Amino acid sequence: MNTITKDQSPTLIIEDLTVAYRYGDLLLDAVRDFSLQIAAGQTYGLVGESGSGKTTVAMAVMRYLGDTGVVRAGKIEFDGRDLLSLNTSEMRQVWGAEMSLVPQNPLSSLNPSIRVGEQLSEILRHHQGLDRETARVKTLELFRMVQLPDPQWVADSYPHQISGGMRQRVLIAMALSTTPCLLILDEPTTSLDVTTQASILDRMSELIIDLQSSILYVTHNLGVVAQICDRVAVLYAGELVEDAALEDLFRMPLHPYTQGLLDSVPHLGETKDEVQLGAIPGQIPALGARPEGCVFEPRCPLAIQICSQRPPIISTNNGRKVRCHRWEEIASGSISAREIPREFKKEGTEITLDQYENEHGDTILDLRDVEVHFPLRRSIREVIITEPARKVKAVDGISLSLQRAQTLGLVGESGSGKTTLGRAIVGLVERTNGDIDLFGISLPPALSRRDFKTLHQLQMVFQNPEQALNPYLSIGASMRRPLMRLAKKSRREADKEVANLLKAVQLPPDYAFRMPNQISGGEKQRVAIARAFATNPGLLVADEPVSSLDVSVQASILNLLNELQIEHETTMLFISHNLAVVGYLADVIAVIYLGKLMEVSRSQDLFKPPYHPYTEALLSAVPIPDPSIQQGRIRLKGDVPSPVNTPSGCPFHTRCPHFLGDICVSKKPVWQMDANGNRIYCHIPVEELGAKQKNMIKQE
Amino acid sequence: MTWYRNAGTRLLLNSRVSISSEPLSSNKQSSKEPQREPISPYSQAANRTNRIISLFRGLYAKPSSAIGTTIFLIFLTVALFGPLIAPYGVNEQIAADARQPPSLQHWFGTDNLGRDVFTRVVIGARDILALAGLGTLLAVVCGTAFGLLSGYMGAWFDEGLMRLFDSLLAMPALLLSLLLLGILGPSRSSVLIVIVIVYTPIVARVVRSVVLSVKTRGFVEASRLQGESIPYILFREILPSTLPALTVESALRFSYAIFLVASLGFLGVGVQPPNPDWGLMVKEARVHVFQIPWAMYFPAGAIALVVIGVNLMSDGIKRVWQKSG
Repeated sequence: MNTITKDQSPTLIIEDLTVAYRYGDLLLDAVRDFSLQIAAGQTYGLVGESGSGKTTVAMAVMRYLGDTGVVRAGKIEFDGRDLLSLNTSEMRQVWGAEMSLVPQNPLSSLNPSIRVGEQLSEILRHHQGLDRETARVKTLELFRMVQLPDPQWVADSYPHQISGGMRQRVLIAMALSTTPCLLILDEPTTSLDVTTQASILDRMSELIIDLQSSILYVTHNLGVVAQICDRVAVLYAGELVEDAALEDLFRMPLHPYTQGLLDSVPHLGETKDEVQLGAIPGQIPALGARPEGCVFEPRCPLAIQICSQRPPIISTNNGRKVRCHRWEEIASGSISAREIPREFKKEGTEITLDQYENEHGDTILDLRDVEVHFPLRRSIREVIITEPARKVKAVDGISLSLQRAQTLGLVGESGSGKTTLGRAIVGLVERTNGDIDLFGISLPPALSRRDFKTLHQLQMVFQNPEQALNPYLSIGASMRRPLMRLAKKSRREADKEVANLLKAVQLPPDYAFRMPNQISGGEKQRVAIARAFATNPGLLVADEPVSSLDVSVQASILNLLNELQIEHETTMLFISHNLAVVGYLADVIAVIYLGKLMEVSRSQDLFKPPYHPYTEALLSAVPIPDPSIQQGRIRLKGDVPSPVNTPSGCPFHTRCPHFLGDICVSKKPVWQMDANGNRIYCHIPVEELGAKQKNMIKQE
Repeated sequence: MTWYRNAGTRLLLNSRVSISSEPLSSNKQSSKEPQREPISPYSQAANRTNRIISLFRGLYAKPSSAIGTTIFLIFLTVALFGPLIAPYGVNEQIAADARQPPSLQHWFGTDNLGRDVFTRVVIGARDILALAGLGTLLAVVCGTAFGLLSGYMGAWFDEGLMRLFDSLLAMPALLLSLLLLGILGPSRSSVLIVIVIVYTPIVARVVRSVVLSVKTRGFVEASRLQGESIPYILFREILPSTLPALTVESALRFSYAIFLVASLGFLGVGVQPPNPDWGLMVKEARVHVFQIPWAMYFPAGAIALVVIGVNLMSDGIKRVWQKSG
């Protein structure tokens, strides 16, 4: 394969590609005039929000557009051949052998009824003409290459028997099996937890160096791009807006959209007191509703008269490309879409956790040893021998307290029990043990036993805005109900209040008459937040309110939550898997693993040692959208253990990088306190932890 | 193809547009001004009528469902205005005209007693559509209520009710009907009861499955957190989401109910003579099939046509609902 990569001609050349989708008798352009060149051995990032057309480009290159997709114009040249002129049987020689794809959803991409090893060796037999036995040996070798534990067992398993991270490794092994000269990765780690993502990305960057393949990496995650790519193309509404080398793009973005995109994601360690997130107003235009001028013009803070004409793609110095009329002014620094220059304020408000808790006095919510266990169904044998039902320990003894107007960030990976804890507090699941006090009064576990006064004080914002509003009720009707039901307002008063609430979440009052399908996802989440704030609750539980939104929308929702919380002095439990987001919004952060708390820290202290070994691993796994930041590298082995058989002693001992020995297995750790009053659940003394650990985020 | 165009215009809302398709220059003219959907307090009611109109548009967009809907509408008109259309009395016997083949006087001929077959088929449509329609309606109402409750309450209530329904579903519909009619005795109201008992469990299962997927959504949980009562949650929050599936299922149940009424008539346990029930007419004419075949073919054809028509229509409804989400 190295012979191919030695010559200088690019592996893939895309020129003026225009792809349209058919809607009835309409043809709507999803991608317009897109050009790109990937050199041999280069890793090219293709970044954009949902609806930007990035997957369409990838699929067009693969010739996988389906029945509705049409390439209207342009040229795709792969390895010297015109791809668009090949027929299906010729494409079949290219697919798999010379060009392969790692898709986004690993479960639906594997055949559920064929063993994993067989699925891979089939490719080898077909493309390389290997016999059954050699193919099998090669399969195991490939599985070892992607660092699958116990390759023999994985090869003999069916897809549902292995974890998500393992499935994705299998797919990567498949894609690499024929050492293709072009590898297309379509959001390969998006559905995975950060710690799994980190170890897959590590392995992938090693393999990239080894194999010398060209890579087209499609993702929405700027952090991942910063970690893995050499060069980045930014797509917006189907158009290439900027194309630059990785460092150049992050150091000095030339397009206002790129600037906005970089400003809208919180970086690890930034807090709301220090940095204001730059939200891009509006939303990405729908297919078929794209402006005729510059596609970004309606949302661009720098738009002027000329922007109503479509800007050409302009090549600037050192091979950069940008599609903006005003790029020269931006490059010279005379104008910028960035409102506030981003910088770390090193010394913030340095008060310790105890001081913070004392200062805020009023305890709003107090959890003591809260447990939520879900019994599993017993088998007939277990019923006969009267064995007690096994339990999923979703939340396993959590004690916490929240003070007035405080934001507590609850962070953990999937399956950690963070959502269950939130739902147990509002009463959507019943806790099986422990006490929850709200304003010093004990809350009954069951929602039906809680009175209106309690419900009034407890509201929740849900993860998925698409499901948060009844599709058959108008926005106004949805928002009116809590006011009439809990605040006992008349219809007229409630309607007046709805208008005020809409104004508070920056939506026009006529939205009250709209139906949910007439507004965007970000707007739905605003309405859901407005509904939650309608009764002016004492405690708001926000369960991943921004995780299903695009980054440019995410920032405005975070800013909104922050403003409303300050204004209403609401206490908030903010649940998220995203450490950067939690770190940004929360005053205090609680890290949860397998239903147990690992660490409770002031948010600015969480990012400095000493930290719990699990926090340390999380921090090193989060991809930071800034290539100039050096990140520590700690990778966890294996997967999260099953919550049915939680490990004895410290629940983290099976994966802990600082594992001490027997004591971690046999004895439960005690809560320790560091100099700043932050609490860590670990056997290792805090001083020793602090000495062992380095700062995970270092700016060069 | 009208509903396609609807989907297209929805995409074009809100902003200036650039369209790359050749045949649609007309859209470009209106694309300069930002368009917004008209928003008014009445939009909800307007929505509802719009939805019915767009349903019919959708049905007439494809030949199969267009034919089905037309057939159904023709039979519905015939049933509604039966006495005005029918040229003779239902049981009027013209002895001289007995056993006449189809002619200008007797479009469908006459039976062995000299009754006009066309008249009897027309008047029979009233009976069968009313019985099947009312039966389906009651079954849908009962099934929806049980399905909503069962799906939402879960636990032992769901378990108990579903096992009961399973045992009803385990028996073939016709066998169960014969059994029930044996107890109730043959009459119109018995047939009605039978349809309700046979179809309630099926409808309940459909509704329950929708409820199970909807009740974990954020909007239902949010209304629980607002302290809403169970009836409010069931009927205001959850019921609307079941309507698409319920409409499709009702249309399908209706076609089966027609079939069931006809079958029971044919077996002689349903509507009793001398009523002009289609099934009964087939049964009576069966004996003379070689002498006066028209007396059997026309009512039998009517049964087949209505069932096929309603089936095609329900397929169409399904397609339209799925298109619009």
